[in-house]
Amino acid sequence: MFDAPTIGSTVELQDSKITASGVHVFYGDTHAIKDVNVNIAAKTVTAFIGPSGCGKSTFLRCLNRMNDTIDTCRVEGNIHLDGEDIYDRRVDPVQLRAKVGMVFQKPNPFPKSIYDNVAYGARIHGLARNKSELDAIVEKALRRAALWGEVKDRLGAPGTGLSGGQQQRLCIARAVATEPEVLLMDEPCSALDPIATAQVEELIDDLRTRFSVVIVTHSMQQAARVSQKTAFFHLGHLVEFGDTPTIFTNPSDERTESYITGRIG
Amino acid sequence: MPLTWLVLILLTLVGLGFILGRRRALRSANGDARLLHSRPHFYGANVALSTLVPSLGVLVIWLLLQPVLIDRSVSHMIPPEMVPADTTLGLVMSDVRRVAEGLDVAVARGVMSERDSNTLRTELTDLRARLGEVGVALGQDVRPEVLSAAQSYRRLSHAGTMGMTLVVLAVAIAGFGFSLIQSRKEFRARNVVERGILSLLILAASLAILTTVGIVLSMLFETINFFGLHDWRDFFFGNTWAPNFRGESELSILPLLWGTIYISLIALFVAVPVGLFAAIYLSEYAGPKTRSFAKPLLEILAGIPTIVYGLFALLTVGPMLAGLFGQGGALGVSWMAGATSVLTAGLVMGIMLIPFVSSLSDDIINAVPQSMRDGSLGLGATQSETIRQVVLPAALPGIVGAVLLATSRAVGETMIVVMGAGAIAKFSANPFDSMTTITTRIVSQLTGDGDFSSPETLVAFALGLSLFVLTLGLNVLALYIVRTYREQYE
Repeated sequence: MFDAPTIGSTVELQDSKITASGVHVFYGDTHAIKDVNVNIAAKTVTAFIGPSGCGKSTFLRCLNRMNDTIDTCRVEGNIHLDGEDIYDRRVDPVQLRAKVGMVFQKPNPFPKSIYDNVAYGARIHGLARNKSELDAIVEKALRRAALWGEVKDRLGAPGTGLSGGQQQRLCIARAVATEPEVLLMDEPCSALDPIATAQVEELIDDLRTRFSVVIVTHSMQQAARVSQKTAFFHLGHLVEFGDTPTIFTNPSDERTESYITGRIG
Repeated sequence: MPLTWLVLILLTLVGLGFILGRRRALRSANGDARLLHSRPHFYGANVALSTLVPSLGVLVIWLLLQPVLIDRSVSHMIPPEMVPADTTLGLVMSDVRRVAEGLDVAVARGVMSERDSNTLRTELTDLRARLGEVGVALGQDVRPEVLSAAQSYRRLSHAGTMGMTLVVLAVAIAGFGFSLIQSRKEFRARNVVERGILSLLILAASLAILTTVGIVLSMLFETINFFGLHDWRDFFFGNTWAPNFRGESELSILPLLWGTIYISLIALFVAVPVGLFAAIYLSEYAGPKTRSFAKPLLEILAGIPTIVYGLFALLTVGPMLAGLFGQGGALGVSWMAGATSVLTAGLVMGIMLIPFVSSLSDDIINAVPQSMRDGSLGLGATQSETIRQVVLPAALPGIVGAVLLATSRAVGETMIVVMGAGAIAKFSANPFDSMTTITTRIVSQLTGDGDFSSPETLVAFALGLSLFVLTLGLNVLALYIVRTYREQYE
């Protein structure tokens, strides 16, 4: 990030990690996100729920500027991380993404060994001074992703040879190893079986002690289990945002209630 | 009856068969196409195919066999002492065929009656002069044995053609009738037609493979002849290439192989970095607009005939290099004696290979899934880090395959070498020397006016087979690498 002092950061942002206000996203002529305002708190898990195509993944990708890689995509509005505008011209998206890590819907390990997969971020950011430090980073990340026990004897084996659930935990370990401040997860469990899903959910709960986690999910049970805050998206609008128990037991908007009870979606 | 008429009758039968087969099948279902096992046109196609395929097969086989069989039976009529020492039976037989054709023409023009043509005697008629009148020129006077052989050749041909027409028509009508009777609503016409189409496809595929086998075999036999005349140890392990049409040649492949490898290496040295960097730019950095005109433009290079590259080498690159490194050149080093050199041919061949490497690599880099790039970018890697550490390693097996395919193109290239590299076979590490390659020596050995059965000519086949084995090996290696190390993406 840039070092210049930022005008406009206010006291109310103190415990917000990310503040988004008036965000619009366009894909060519399609208006995908319409005026979204949301505060993502530090050290909490925030869940984005909503029917397919409602824009929740698009919005998630705005938070670390992954939408920059799509030519036709245009983002308007303000998104601040720790009070700094991440769409400011002076911000380098590469450094932003080092702070805001991302785990994708489909496990996407690199065609490298397990060790090299986890060490990838640490190497490119120069986090380790020598081999033993790098070893320590890899071990710590794999332990946090609850994968260490399963792979410690075959760190040199290709990451693509693991099972689907192990691959996804490897991708989480890879993201955790760079010590991000925010971790974005785009339906991280959609390709996993229930046992692997449970392991990943447990992991998300652990991660909350160190990072902000934002998770997009199709499973309302999952949102209820892992998150403290929930945002409901519908047709590009943020319909309702609040504490998870409130959203699930006493939603204020009719559409939220319909979605949660299974009438739309 | 001429062949054209036979084919036209066959085609008419086929067309008629389609219509009648379709109609008969529909009638068996009282006009309701839903009651048929197959769609109506399958019944038509079944009759058409049953009429056409067997009769056409008989026709082709008959046309291939008839001349061989007639030749064999007629050639018994020529006594061995008739064949002069300086010719062969084949040459006398071609005289026989020529006379027979001449008689055909004369009869057709009305110069001679059919009866006359069968009862001619060389003692009574000057056949050479009479055939000359109708435009058939003969090399020498017709001898009585040749004339009687020609007359019997004609008789047999006529009988054969008549027999062929009858048999082919009979087969066609049998197929027509049989399949027409079959065309009832229970008949599974679709399955039969689909099987017919399948066999057509198999036939096409096996023709391609058989041709390859034929090419290899034809080279193999000549190569065996060559090794009967020339020591194989000199060919594979000698160190001099000095063909001499008076005999006693030294014909070793090694100096030529060295030239081939040296020029190919220089070409790859040019083509691989340039092609790969171009591919990376086009697939990772270029916008859709740049890509849409730059990629076809680059691929135009692949469509330029290699002789044009040869001209480029001869007229531009060679003189330019000579101007730099030659005697009295800009650098004042006089390393280069003439415009033709390994470097000239290598550079131009490298330019020729750029589109191969770049186009294949571009496809392979594009096949690396976007999720890999997203994963790397999402960790805060820059675009070049992503390409270097994720995209290229994932695409590497395919890129290696592309480079090996380019190598076999370089090894097989002829025209650029002829015009750019000179014609001297020698071992030298100096890139400014003239050298030559296997392909260019094949051309020069075969186009000389040497005896076709001398080792100096036959060596071309041994060289060709060696080249074939070399490029086949490279292609197999390329396929093996690509298959073994290819990442299977979902």
